[in-house]
Amino acid sequence: MDNRIPAVENKTPAVEMRNITKAFGGKVVANDKVWLDIYRGEILALLGENGSGKTTLMNMLSGIYFPDEGEISIDGREVVIRSPKDAFSLGIGMIHQHFKLVDVLTAAENIVLGLEGKLDLKAASERIRAICDAYGFQVDPNQKIYDMSVSQKQTVEIVKVLYRGADILILDEPTAVLTPQETEKLFSVLRTMRDDGKAIVIITHKMHEVIALSDRVAILRRGQFIGDMRTADTNAREMTNMMVGRPVTLNIERPDPVDPKPRIEVKDLTVRSADGILKLDGVSFVANAGEILGVAGISGCGQKELLESIAGLQSVESGSICYIEDDGSRDELIGKDPLAIANMGVSLSFVPEDRLGMGLVGSMDLAGNMMLRSYRRGHSVFADRRAPRELAEHVVEELEVVTPGVLTPVSRLSGGNVQKVLVGREIASSPTVLLTAYAVRGLDINASYTIYDLINRQKKNGVAVVYVGEDLDVLLELCDRILVLCGGKVSGIVPGRGANKHDVGLMMTQLGGTAHE
Amino acid sequence: MFDFVSFIPRAVVQGIPLLLGSTGETLTEKSGNLNLGIPGIMYVGAISGVIGAFFYEQAAGGDMNGFLAVAIPMLCTLLGSLLMGLLYCFLTVTLRANQNVTGLAMTTFGVGFGNFFGGSLIKLSGSAVPAIILTNTSGYFSASLPFASKLGAFGRLFLSYGFLGYLAVIIALAASYVLRRTRVGLHLRAVGESPATADAAGISVTRYKYAATCIGSMIAGLGGLYYIMDYTSGIWSSDAFGDRGWLAIALVIFTIWRPNIGVLASFLFGGLYILHMYIPSGMNLAVKELYKMLPYVVTVIVLIVVSMRRSRDSQPPASLGLSYFREER
Repeated sequence: MDNRIPAVENKTPAVEMRNITKAFGGKVVANDKVWLDIYRGEILALLGENGSGKTTLMNMLSGIYFPDEGEISIDGREVVIRSPKDAFSLGIGMIHQHFKLVDVLTAAENIVLGLEGKLDLKAASERIRAICDAYGFQVDPNQKIYDMSVSQKQTVEIVKVLYRGADILILDEPTAVLTPQETEKLFSVLRTMRDDGKAIVIITHKMHEVIALSDRVAILRRGQFIGDMRTADTNAREMTNMMVGRPVTLNIERPDPVDPKPRIEVKDLTVRSADGILKLDGVSFVANAGEILGVAGISGCGQKELLESIAGLQSVESGSICYIEDDGSRDELIGKDPLAIANMGVSLSFVPEDRLGMGLVGSMDLAGNMMLRSYRRGHSVFADRRAPRELAEHVVEELEVVTPGVLTPVSRLSGGNVQKVLVGREIASSPTVLLTAYAVRGLDINASYTIYDLINRQKKNGVAVVYVGEDLDVLLELCDRILVLCGGKVSGIVPGRGANKHDVGLMMTQLGGTAHE
Repeated sequence: MFDFVSFIPRAVVQGIPLLLGSTGETLTEKSGNLNLGIPGIMYVGAISGVIGAFFYEQAAGGDMNGFLAVAIPMLCTLLGSLLMGLLYCFLTVTLRANQNVTGLAMTTFGVGFGNFFGGSLIKLSGSAVPAIILTNTSGYFSASLPFASKLGAFGRLFLSYGFLGYLAVIIALAASYVLRRTRVGLHLRAVGESPATADAAGISVTRYKYAATCIGSMIAGLGGLYYIMDYTSGIWSSDAFGDRGWLAIALVIFTIWRPNIGVLASFLFGGLYILHMYIPSGMNLAVKELYKMLPYVVTVIVLIVVSMRRSRDSQPPASLGLSYFREER
């Protein structure tokens, strides 16, 4: 334990976790003898790659899992946490990555869910308002969850744990779905709560957030506690090295575009959803071969519709999408189905937003999922099973997918590995246009860099890459140009080099922002 | 002139088994369990009550006690349908079997169970007709207030029913109140919508699913009992219950999962179900069959209207038909 810093002087930790071990299915050890102290009046960032056991560790604190071994003490008193209820009564509240809210209930109903006593929503609303006033939240207790934005839902989650009197708050990747402005607001709330004497743990992959927000960092690697230190005494490089276990470069490579020429030209694209809501409104842009075009925007601003229109999965109201061949001849893509688009020599590779829902079949094995792209090949009535299997083996090796074998169902893999399988398959078809949406969502820093690397390699091969992302820092570092969507309209297209994060963030929330194009 | 004063009480009497069945199924579905075993459970409820009443009538001879004559069949019904509910829960909640398959199997099982024991009782009673006749017990179930018949049309429309009919309305309104206004109802709705959320909030998903499904089954079982003891005046014969169980499930959709709407909707369904007897159609039996379709046609129309309105509040519970396993991902 040489990496441990001495306990903050004369303070008893709010939480002491000692020798915590948790294994799943007897084989995978998610946490191995982890020690962790959490103090009041402090924001602790829990850092680690995917599968390093951060969430598992915190789930044990919030009563979702039960540790196989080890002790947990709250305020110096040893406790046993068997259920979320036990955790609440100890003042521990966790805000999960995937919100635990019931859509058809109101904010107030969600907040009192699971509590006991007579149901008095009026009194509950009063208390909710009081909490909101104290911390500067805005929540309408009577609003239904399905009418709320992501950030409003998150606020409801935070109010929910505060309502239960939690003074130890755990947030699992809270900023994954927020705009920079919303993130800043969340951080200032967290700081207020810290100054209020609450203990706060934030799980994240994002280095700059750790530096901006936390007082102390604790690092896990492959289920083991690596060390903790004061944030002020460290830097991004040191933390990353501790996370990964070997030195890594932190800069995303951005090679200069290779011979860029127009590949896809979108003109005045207008798309309505099935229930008549305008999703894309007069969108025009050009995606060049040998270039990465980033698409930024708050989630649900038409990114999905844009990619699906190009891939032929979305019916288009008006506008045109032209595919431009090397010799300058143009093909209209609208009106063709995805198969026809592929048959005319246009290859679009598509990593859908919902990777398990649309990209892969969870209950099928890796080889079977590779076959989804190739089953039409060959001339006999029997599908060729060998090629997909070889491809699966190749992808596993190339992208370091952690799996027992290529015959394992995809749903058994962790999120990051699922993503690698999907991206690997799409790239393997050597496309001329690569459309990706949230290709690194939920991936740790190491896996993310593998993906960036793959995308860059495609760019160097002269592929036109459209990269829909949610992390602005990455978009700014990776992309040659960034298209900003705001409510289905193009808010602006800025060059990736030298773009300002704040300006792009503003353009995401208001048309044109204040940015200069 | 259409005779409403005689039509409406018949419609209500037809509607009450549907009301009990649909109230029970609504509670069940609110917990996320799609119990397609309801027709079988109503059947088992009916035969259990019949068994209880048969042996009590035999034991008591001519000297029947009014309280026992009602209490014994009711307890038997509740017990029989409770066991069916427990079986369904054990299969779908504990063992996480497919809900549709389990439900359909239970309907087939329940109908067979009912017909088997019904047949056995017919043999025991040595009756000449293939039916069990329990008119004495039925008399206690269908007894209405003594002055009801003296109040003319009002008495016929509102006071002419046996106590189970009023109980059915009370249960439906109570279920509606519990779902809307109490903490138990809130938790139950959360379990049916998003069991993972309910679980994280410290609600025992398994306990709520078991409780809602078993109570729902018992309520539905009473519907079967009512049918035998009141509607057919205590005469059991095989397969007489017909497709009322499915109609009860259709009614759940028709009422968009609200038992209080079910009170009037069940009477409407009951009316539609027997409308063919009141519409002169001559000898043309095909027309009668068309009228019998009406409740289902109405359900289809409601489904279309509801899905066109796309209101989030009139959708089925989001996790209906799915079993919940905490560590699944």
